[in-house]
Amino acid sequence: MADLTTNFAGGIKCPNPFWLASAPPTNCGEQIMRAFDAGWGGAVWKTIGEPITNVSSRYSSVDWAGQRMMGFNNIELISDRPIEVNLREIEEVKKRYPKHAVIASLMVESKRETWHDIVKRAEGAGADGLELNFGCPHGMSERGMGSAVGQVPEYAQMITEWVKEAARTPVLVKLTPNITDIRIVARAAKRAGADGLSAINTINSITGVDLDTFEPRPKVDGKSSHGGYCGPAVKPIALNMVQQVNSDYVDGPPIPMSGIGGVGTWRDAAEFILMGCGTVQVCTAAMHYGYRIVEDMIDGLSNWMDEKGFATIEDFRGKSLPRITEWKHLNLNYRIVAQIDEALCIGCQLCHIACWDGAHQCIHLDRVTGPVDGHVEVHAKPREGGRERIVTTPIPKLDPPKSDVGPYATSLDRIPRVDETECVGCNLCSLVCPVDQCITMVERPTGLAAETWAERTAAVECVPPQVAG
Amino acid sequence: MDAVFVGHPEVAARFPDLHPALDARAAVVEANRCLNCFDAPCMSACPTHIDVPRFIKKIASGNVTGSARTILEANVLGASCSRVCPVEVLCEGSCVMHGRGEKPIEIGRLQRLATETFYAAGGKLTLRQREERDEKVVCIGAGPASLACAAELRQLGLQVTVIDKRPLPGGLNTYGVAEYKLRAADSLREAEMIRGLGVKFETRNVDASGMALLEREFDAVFLGVGLGAMHRLSADGETSAAVLDALEFIEGYKTKARIQVAPRVVVVGAGNTAVDAACAAKRLGAEKVTILYRRQRGNISAFDFEYEHALKEGVEFLWEAVPVKLQEGENGIALTCLTVTQDQAGLLTKVEGSEFTLECDVVIPAIGQSPLAELLTRVEGVTMERGRVAVDRATGQTTNPKYFAGGDCVNGGREVVDAVADGKRAALGIASWLGTRTEVHVG
Repeated sequence: MADLTTNFAGGIKCPNPFWLASAPPTNCGEQIMRAFDAGWGGAVWKTIGEPITNVSSRYSSVDWAGQRMMGFNNIELISDRPIEVNLREIEEVKKRYPKHAVIASLMVESKRETWHDIVKRAEGAGADGLELNFGCPHGMSERGMGSAVGQVPEYAQMITEWVKEAARTPVLVKLTPNITDIRIVARAAKRAGADGLSAINTINSITGVDLDTFEPRPKVDGKSSHGGYCGPAVKPIALNMVQQVNSDYVDGPPIPMSGIGGVGTWRDAAEFILMGCGTVQVCTAAMHYGYRIVEDMIDGLSNWMDEKGFATIEDFRGKSLPRITEWKHLNLNYRIVAQIDEALCIGCQLCHIACWDGAHQCIHLDRVTGPVDGHVEVHAKPREGGRERIVTTPIPKLDPPKSDVGPYATSLDRIPRVDETECVGCNLCSLVCPVDQCITMVERPTGLAAETWAERTAAVECVPPQVAG
Repeated sequence: MDAVFVGHPEVAARFPDLHPALDARAAVVEANRCLNCFDAPCMSACPTHIDVPRFIKKIASGNVTGSARTILEANVLGASCSRVCPVEVLCEGSCVMHGRGEKPIEIGRLQRLATETFYAAGGKLTLRQREERDEKVVCIGAGPASLACAAELRQLGLQVTVIDKRPLPGGLNTYGVAEYKLRAADSLREAEMIRGLGVKFETRNVDASGMALLEREFDAVFLGVGLGAMHRLSADGETSAAVLDALEFIEGYKTKARIQVAPRVVVVGAGNTAVDAACAAKRLGAEKVTILYRRQRGNISAFDFEYEHALKEGVEFLWEAVPVKLQEGENGIALTCLTVTQDQAGLLTKVEGSEFTLECDVVIPAIGQSPLAELLTRVEGVTMERGRVAVDRATGQTTNPKYFAGGDCVNGGREVVDAVADGKRAALGIASWLGTRTEVHVG
């Protein structure tokens, strides 16, 4: 059985790497204790600061193909509860759950004394660590806090230094993605002596517009405001930014990272850990389904670790980082082509039209008429033969069942064929294919030694600089 | 053909929808399940080639108006087809989901949702942009083939009159489809939509001499006359008042408020109409309904799902027997039957001395309709083959170039969607033939 216990950023200990992110699920002690009962390893308290006033409504989402909340957006501010209430509840939670991690997320005005004060009070209440909210992209940023700090590396560094002057527990800086290069602020945090980072905070967004009233969502008395985007939709953006920071050695080696952004399952978590994160933080999935989702996150991750032979989180943390490189270091002489398993093909022809209109015109419908390989120069649009046939309803007694063409379950005229002479190995067909393992990408060795763009351009000095399209 | 139709409330109560409608939310979920195949097999399998993925994805995107128009553009009777089509052997039968071991997309119910939502919101058929043309076409019969032909001809700008001997348009859609599949009122609504395109409807019987007059008055004639009377049982005593042909029986309860049925019913034949009649008898209160068929279960012409449905409704089946004599007595009818054997070639032999008697109150033959040979053979130049009007499949043109034909009188009795496809092809054939002819005359 895999050991999920985690010791993060030099001293934040917890039974597993699954934390609730600073957000509505961590609004009060009662919630956090229920979350710990459900199995969460830690919780970052909803950001504590001078209480604010919220609006209603606050959330909106992006549904996709019948699925709710593929992306989620909020315009809620930090805690609307008095600082002392939050701190009293932290104390209570820590008393009752000493083995779980409680991290106090903090946001106060940019004054050294104010920061010193809140740090001391939070630690006095028993917080295991501090997370500096330099990421909130709406509302608070208009008041010079949140992402207004996170977007200016000098401010972020200054405030982190103030906090470090007073803090005895690990200090995490939460990064905003609403910046051109997230590494710039990560470096500022490193310079200031931060013990770790959390990334990413939510992404500036407008999720949609009501087509009857023309109001963007979420609506507040006829108006809206940009919010912070999160949920499954943002995971790829988050993974990229986390990787960038975790592979950055400017101003010192990478520091511990708590990964955030679209984590909803153990698979997501495993990916963030492979990308170097020591813990992950979850919000949207818990807001969607409740704290209970952590059960499968723990179970699934530990089963996967057992299968892979990883005893601890550290055994696989960061394993994917060396596999990310710049494009110019990829092997130009590696070649794969699409292969269609005729026995699995159901004849939807999505690979054909995707290749035809969206890729390289090398998947043909010519198994019956006879294969023709080669480049398509000028071609009519793909033929839709179905409209041309005269068809009648088959009557069992009169019409014997049609014998399908070919040896496969799907009639041969509906099974597309890959012209390997033209296939560039782009993956598109295998991505659109609705049947698992029906289209696979197989290697066709070129017989050439591996060569990267960097090597090729270094070898031939006269090649003018080019930008790949 | 302006009769006002009011359905009997008892019929509405006893024949509720066999397949409940999808609600809008469930429809979006189902529409999202569709893979959106290219050159989709469901579209190929549909005789009218409705672009199924296109209309389904319009439901998913919330464009139900566009979805309904996509359907109706290809099949003007898309609403009734969504209810009566044997989708199991057509679109849904060809759905690629079968290949993934999954339930096919519920194309029929999605089509019904789109068309019904469209009509309920006051949607109307719209005429394409085109020039009006002077040529006049008459469609004989107001069933699905003629309605589809008429609608398409109007879309092409021609002047169209539809003539039928019955007071209500729609043919079997109005008079002959089990009410739990398609309500007469829904069929009539569809006909009204087609009337709205500028099609004229007339009620009168057309005999051979009337046909000759029409031929002079119109530039082309479309024969969408369907089939004639039910085949006879060839049993002694079959002229008894207790013998009621299946289509008359169905027409009676659907449109003439004849909702009384005797307690014991024997339906002869095992096609889809036999199942419709037997199930209707059950729903109208018959205690015992038996389908009598001369061959075996594997030989029936009813679709499998119709057979299963009949069993569910409590209909009993008696295989390998034919009725030979009806005798009216005090306790109803004594129907004498003979056992029949079938050899490997399918030839049937009555077994001597195997007589047995079924006690019943009414006998409903449903053994197929005979062609309207008397009328059709007297149309000059129109050739019949095996009781069907011979046509060029692509254009519907008969051997008399002025006559086109489609639907049951051409295919011997298939589905509504087949008739619609025939009618549509014939309309294009007519418009093209008339166009060519005009050019020849002018030139």
